[in-house]
This record gives sequence, structure tokens and C-alpha cells, in this order.
Amino acid sequence: MRFVDEYRDADKARALSAKIASLCEPGRAYKFMEVCGGHTHTIYKHGLEDYLPETITLVHGPGCPVCVIPMGRVDDAIHIAEQPDVIMTSFGDMMRVPGGRGSFFDATAGGADIRMVYSPLDALKIARREPDRRVVFMAIGFETTAPSTAVTVLRAAAEGVRNFSVFCNHVTIIPAIKAILDSPDLRLDGFIGPGHVSTIIGCRPYEFIARGYGKPLVVAGFEPLDILQSVYLLMLQLAEGRSEVENQYARVVPWAGNVKALRAVNEVMELRPYFEWRGLGFISHSALRMREAYAAYDAERLFDIPGDRVADPKACQCGEVLKGVLKPWECKVFGTACTPETPIGTCMVSSEGACAAYYNFGRFSRQRVREATR
Amino acid sequence: MCLGIPGEIVEIPPDQTDLAKVDVSGVRRAVNIGLLDGQPLRPGDWVLIHVGFALSKIDEAEARAALEFLEGIGQAYEDELRALRDSSIDRP
Repeated sequence: MRFVDEYRDADKARALSAKIASLCEPGRAYKFMEVCGGHTHTIYKHGLEDYLPETITLVHGPGCPVCVIPMGRVDDAIHIAEQPDVIMTSFGDMMRVPGGRGSFFDATAGGADIRMVYSPLDALKIARREPDRRVVFMAIGFETTAPSTAVTVLRAAAEGVRNFSVFCNHVTIIPAIKAILDSPDLRLDGFIGPGHVSTIIGCRPYEFIARGYGKPLVVAGFEPLDILQSVYLLMLQLAEGRSEVENQYARVVPWAGNVKALRAVNEVMELRPYFEWRGLGFISHSALRMREAYAAYDAERLFDIPGDRVADPKACQCGEVLKGVLKPWECKVFGTACTPETPIGTCMVSSEGACAAYYNFGRFSRQRVREATR
Repeated sequence: MCLGIPGEIVEIPPDQTDLAKVDVSGVRRAVNIGLLDGQPLRPGDWVLIHVGFALSKIDEAEARAALEFLEGIGQAYEDELRALRDSSIDRP
């Protein structure tokens, strides 16, 4: 396991921790947002906040694609699934996401044919196999999954598969970050940028954050040392009065992203004027829809969807958690009415959701810390 | 779904240019490699896979670290592997 030790070495972590502490200005508090749910997971699992001075707080961002799907879109998908001859398909993560009328699982119990697929290509395969059915793929995710949907549509078009369509719910990360920067709720000092999204979009799209808003952003890997290193790079920028985009995860993320993937997305999809995010409300130009040229593959055009807006349950504070205003355990229903088994809010559904990550690892880690310091 | 999973290329079928067979924690399935244009792949190379598509080529050290991270996640990775096991995009 020498490979892994390289990213997990406790001595290295302590050394970074000391370097970070040495950069703290007395009397100043720092707040950094980790945009991606994968980072949230690492932070809780390894108790990384214990390696940071108390004046540095890490807050979670909106980077959990399942978490940001609004209830109304789940209801729309279930409505499509209930139409004659329809097979609805989506990723497993989607199955338990609550809508106003229940989840996909509930709809399945009611007779709808909703199937989990690993890849949109598997959904296309179902369409080929069952030519008499109308197969719809509920596409969700940020820029990491949008290229897969786009390539699958291109493949369907090339093969002339006519009974396949996409219910497009792809969202884009940049407008969400901008909405958070513009929100008066939260003052941030910098961002730990998402790793896998950046393999697609590259690092350039973040430059407005550094230039326009004066906040540093460091694209980070998912290992504990990656995240500590990124916090160190953020602190160094602040100490030196810089605000730049840096790529800590250059071993995976190319500065220019994946041009071929971006081209495929741009061929098939275009920006929506606006889209509702669960908890964050309507954000302009923050999601993708199918282009007119691919109308034949657009479930939104093929089916008459209700498109109703459904308010989140009153008790649920996912919105505040997604914006980083609340920590998971500060939500009124966390761990009591809302658990991974019976989630009220989306942040508890996905393993990348901040609440599920904290529920699964946070308590364990805190207990471990207490034991270690006893 | 959102996290990339590392797979080792075990076979590149000559007749299906966009597909490669990968091994992910012992599960062998076909994935699409069409988005890695200009980066020649050979058996033994590692890629980061999102929902059936290889999106970046990575080195072995990164792959091992990523695997360890995913195995530590537990249920979510098991669900991902189960989904991958049910996937068969290379067969009609």
C-alpha cells in the first residue's frame, strides 16, 4: 500500500497542519467552501477539521448533483414514468430522492416501470431491446455526467433509435458558485474547487472568482493530504495577498479540461434561461436542456410534463446546508426525523450529501478524537 | 454516480473503437473510451470512469489511492460496483 501512504502519511498531514497554522493572522477567522460532495466525504471521514486551527472553518457547497434536484422535477419524472409504455431509467442514487408525491421507489411500488442503470448507454440498450416501449433516461449530474448523456444521444441519433429520450436535468457548477458568492448569507475567503467536474471543464471557468470576486480557488484531489495541501495553498494566497486559480490536482485535471467532452455536450445541449435548484432557488443559466436539433430525443418536448414547483418540506434545511450556511448537525431534523434510511431532504439521500457523510462518518470521527485525547 | 472510479484497461477490442474492457475491483465490464481522443490507451493503463465513460487517464498511484478512497466509502461504492456488474453496454 505504499501508493496510498503517499497521500495519507500522518507526519505529512501534521507538517501541513503546522504550516497552515503559521499562516493564520491573529484575530482573523477564515471560511473556505469545499464545493464538491466528494471532498465533504473525505473531510468527515478523516476528521480533517481536527488538523486545522479553530479559526479555519470548512463549509460545504452545492456540489452534490442528487441533492440539488428540486422536488418538482422528481414529480415530473414520475409523471413521465406513469405514461403508457414508458420505461423510466436513472442512476441508483436517484431512486430514493423524495419528490412531492414520493420517490421513484414509491412510484415503482405503484406500478411504474422505473429501472436503475449504471450508464445512459445501458438505458439506450434497453431502448434497442424493447422497441415497443418508450425508454426515458432521467439525466442528472454536473459536467461530469453531462458528456455521457450527450454521447449517448449522439449514438442513438446515429443508430436511428427512435424510442429513446432524455429528461435532462444536468446542472452546471459555475452559476451555483456565483449564486453563493452573490448571496449575502455567507462570507467566504476562498474555495476548494471540485476535482472531477474540473477534469471536464478545466480550470479557466473559475478565473472570474479569483479576478472578479478576489477569492482564491484551488482545484483539489480527494485524498486527505490533497485537501490539507489545498487549504495550505489557499492560506498562502491570502497571506501573500494573491487571488488566483491553482490546480492542486494536476495529476488528473488538465488546465483546459476535456475538449472533446465539452464539444459533445455543446452539440446536444444548450443552457436554460434558468433552473430551480433545491434549496438555492432559481439560478439563471445554471442548467442544460436539449437543443432543438435533438427535439426527437427530448422527453420534455415529447411528454406533457406538469412542471409544477413544489416547496421543500418545512422541516428540511437542505437549502442552508447546500449553501454552507448550516452544518448538517445544526439542521432541526438531522439524525432524528431525517436519516439515510428515511431521508426528508436530499442531503441525507446521496452518499455525497453533506448530511449523509456526516451521519456516517462525522460522529464516528468525533468519538475517535475524544478517545485519542483522553 | 458523481465520483469517478478507477479501472484498469484489460482489453481493447479491435472491432469496437470506442469501447475497452476494464477491470474495476475485479468487475470486468466494457466502458466507452471515445472521450479520451488523442490519448492512446493500452492494456495496463488506468482510467477514471464516470457512468460508463472513461474521462481521464490516470497513473497507477492515483488509481490505487482512488480505489482505497472508494473502498473506504463502503455502501456507495458497493452500489456503484453492483450497478457496473449489471451494465453490459458492449452487447446488443
